[in-house]
Amino acid sequence: MPDKQLKKGHGGWLFLVLTLLAYMLLGLINPEATVQAITFFIHVMTQVLPMLGLVFLLLFIANLMLEPKRIKRYLGKESGIKGWAAAVFGGILSVGSIYAWYTMLGELQQKGMRNALIAVFLYCRAVKLPLLPLMIHYFGLAYTVVLCLYLISFSIISGILLEKLTKQKTA
Amino acid sequence: MQADNHIKDNLRKTIKTFINVVPIIVGMLLLTSLVITVFPEQISAGLFGNGDILDTLLGTSIGSIAVGHPLASYLLGGELLGGGVSLIAVTALVVAWVTVGIVQLPAEALMLGTRFAVYRNIFCFIATVVIAFLTVYTLRFLGLS
Repeated sequence: MPDKQLKKGHGGWLFLVLTLLAYMLLGLINPEATVQAITFFIHVMTQVLPMLGLVFLLLFIANLMLEPKRIKRYLGKESGIKGWAAAVFGGILSVGSIYAWYTMLGELQQKGMRNALIAVFLYCRAVKLPLLPLMIHYFGLAYTVVLCLYLISFSIISGILLEKLTKQKTA
Repeated sequence: MQADNHIKDNLRKTIKTFINVVPIIVGMLLLTSLVITVFPEQISAGLFGNGDILDTLLGTSIGSIAVGHPLASYLLGGELLGGGVSLIAVTALVVAWVTVGIVQLPAEALMLGTRFAVYRNIFCFIATVVIAFLTVYTLRFLGLS
């Protein structure tokens, strides 16, 4: 139950402790690799720190604006085709760290967002709009168009399947 | 007055959620750094060349455990293509890189539920193989490859 885990906060702290233990273990086996990993972590962390501010802001706005009633209407069981379209476009347009989006989607899930639409949103993140010119550069226009169309199609399949495989309580 | 309380309540709720999320994000970044250091990208280059099916499975597997900016997958994919690796295997690598998240799985499970995260990643792994073949065969069928 993600809600219980998030509320208690034990899951995240336990995960952090286990990761630190993995570092300690690696430190005993291969100190050089551990130093490299820590250096890399510091480098990534300095890039991610401003993102954490954005995460906080997004969470606050979500809590303030997105009430369960609204979520259920636009992304819940009754959302219909508009909900699917919102998930596809939202996923394609979404930028930033996946962890920020896990947090946001976890919150929306608790407020009634369908698992199908969460799956569609996450899958459509594979279509990286800002990177399309680079993909075209490396692999060609035809390849990029065909691949993106398949990614969007499979996002819908993932939504349908995931909803059937994960039973969701209707609040 | 009521609006003030609404904002204060939501701010308190946000702080509470944020405090619970920070260890997950920091833990994931630590884990990502560890994986990148222990499994450098160069290792993958010499592993291909065992036929489309095995190469595709390998591409999917590497993409599934790979972390980092998707741009890195384009660069690696481009290098592998230049080195003679099939487009199907490279497509699998690029697609798995952005759809399957083995390293991110603990965070996804914590925030969206274990069942959801596990089933989603299994689906994404299988879908990657299918998409890799479909993309390349579609291009060949249309005479664009």
